[in-house]
Amino acid sequence: MKHKTFFWFVFPSVLLMILFIALPLVSVVTQSLYSKHEQVIVEVENCGPFGCTKATTVDQEATAALEEAEPLGKWAGLDIYKDRNHLAINEVGQAWINSDGLPDFGRTLMNLPFYKALGFTITYTAIVTPLTIILGFFIAIAVNSVARAMRGPTIFFSLLPMIVTPLVGSLIIFWMVDARGILGTGLQWLASDPSLSVKASTPLMWAMLMFYGVWHSAPFAFIVYYAGLQTVNQDTLEAAMIDGASRWERIRYVVVPHLAPLTTFIALIQLMDNFRVFEPIISFSAAAHATSLSYAIFNDLGGETRLLSSAAATSVLTIIFVAMLLSPVLVRTWRDFGTQK
Amino acid sequence: MSVATRRPLNVRFLATSFLVLWLIMAAFPFLWTLWGSFKVEGDFFSKADWANSLFGTLTRVETGGAFTGDGYYGAWIQEEFWRAALNTVIVCFFVVTISLTCGTLAGYALSRSTYRYAFWLLLFALIFRAMPPITLVSGYLLPFFEWNLWGHLSTTIIVLVAINQPFTLWMLHSFFKNIPKDLDESAMVDGCTRFQAFRHVIIPVMWPGVITTGLFSFLLAFNDFATTTMLLSKENHTMIPKIFSFLGTTQTKGNVMFAVAAVVSVTAPLFVMILFFQRQIVSGLTAGAVKG
Repeated sequence: MKHKTFFWFVFPSVLLMILFIALPLVSVVTQSLYSKHEQVIVEVENCGPFGCTKATTVDQEATAALEEAEPLGKWAGLDIYKDRNHLAINEVGQAWINSDGLPDFGRTLMNLPFYKALGFTITYTAIVTPLTIILGFFIAIAVNSVARAMRGPTIFFSLLPMIVTPLVGSLIIFWMVDARGILGTGLQWLASDPSLSVKASTPLMWAMLMFYGVWHSAPFAFIVYYAGLQTVNQDTLEAAMIDGASRWERIRYVVVPHLAPLTTFIALIQLMDNFRVFEPIISFSAAAHATSLSYAIFNDLGGETRLLSSAAATSVLTIIFVAMLLSPVLVRTWRDFGTQK
Repeated sequence: MSVATRRPLNVRFLATSFLVLWLIMAAFPFLWTLWGSFKVEGDFFSKADWANSLFGTLTRVETGGAFTGDGYYGAWIQEEFWRAALNTVIVCFFVVTISLTCGTLAGYALSRSTYRYAFWLLLFALIFRAMPPITLVSGYLLPFFEWNLWGHLSTTIIVLVAINQPFTLWMLHSFFKNIPKDLDESAMVDGCTRFQAFRHVIIPVMWPGVITTGLFSFLLAFNDFATTTMLLSKENHTMIPKIFSFLGTTQTKGNVMFAVAAVVSVTAPLFVMILFFQRQIVSGLTAGAVKG
């Protein structure tokens, strides 16, 4: 295809991506380097019959004028990255010196907002991704070995948890595990502890969020694996059977290797999606027990005072982590392309 | 199926019971919430006896019947959920149309170009796809406030289209790859320009892929929470941010049933969608995988 034709074909799409994805990135980085203006404070002398008193007030006009003139705020350099709400360089240094032993250091670290969010995000991604893949694989294997009549309905109902918005899906689960809901009551009965409440316990909340994560994304792994299972070479399977491979050995040595490339694909998509975990935390109102990087940004942006610079700094850090997460995949894709040529 | 490959009884039993367990896990929460949305709060969250939510004991006491539409009335009429539904329809329609128009053009070009920059474009799209949308939202806010773009439906539509582009590009790219090159090349040998070839030869055969991609664009627009809550003003909210605002206000008023009714109302269209487009959704999910 000629360069010029190509250019006009991709132009609208590329323009959109530059305007609304690339430029905002620039905007995020810039914003993270500036901090909000301090309020202009003026000293006013009030003189009455009983002498003069000095009072300080905020000069609203001057503050507004300053914000008008420089909407970005004042230059802060890397200060926002270093403050307590982000990398907390000083606090971490202090904790490193003062804490006795690694567990204690870890505990102090988990009290700092950024590390708390990062800790949960990474744990969530690391636990939910493999569980999703395993559960999806077993569902696919199971569907493949039951009667054909059951396959359609299974696919239909399996799609539900995945298609429904995370916010809504997690709300549905949340209402059920509420202490007055059916699952919550069931849990209380199982643990024979009538005061048990998922909302009040950090480990239970983490488990709940991860359970939701697996429930939400296992269907995706299932569908992809199921499609892959349809293309397993029947001759190889038969050959393995003649050679005396048991059912399990056939799965282990024929089916699993066949599905390996699909696993890479699922893992890649799941890593990207799990790393942005966010809506369940809102639905479960879990912020007291677990926050994620996306949630931290959302929290800064919302509310009365929009902490734009703080949100921007967290965003930049998040993007750096996503890039690190993806780098092996990107390098591989790049190499594959090199060999293709 | 031959006798040799027939599964032994115990394997089939194990597989079936595992599946039934999964199906209950997948479907039960939705059915339960659907059922419960027609009850009063005292039954939906039943402290006394969980069976109340099945039989609607308190619902019968409070309203006289075993079912009540109060939650739906409160959400749709009193809290004006219909306005949010209308906004969602507008947003979804335009997001799907615009992103498919841009996406098909670019996806087609990417699948036919052999130059290195096409690959780089796709790689960048992949990187953009990996970024959490909320990080971008923090980049939008300040400029949008400055230029008075914040709060309008049209801004959000364009933003959603842009966020959706990387995914659309990848998907349509792989669909167009499956359409033989010879088709449009022979049209060009016959004297068509590239665009004419696209218009008269490719467009008629591209619909299966476009419909699938359109479904996923629709899902993105319909399901989006981060962008819509942050970029839309209150009166322009779509359904998902509206539900979020229910959580803030109605939960304290003790009217959690509004939220339950709204949740069911949001799930229903998706249910219908799966019913009609199951095949397309499945093929869309696997399209990327097959290509590797």
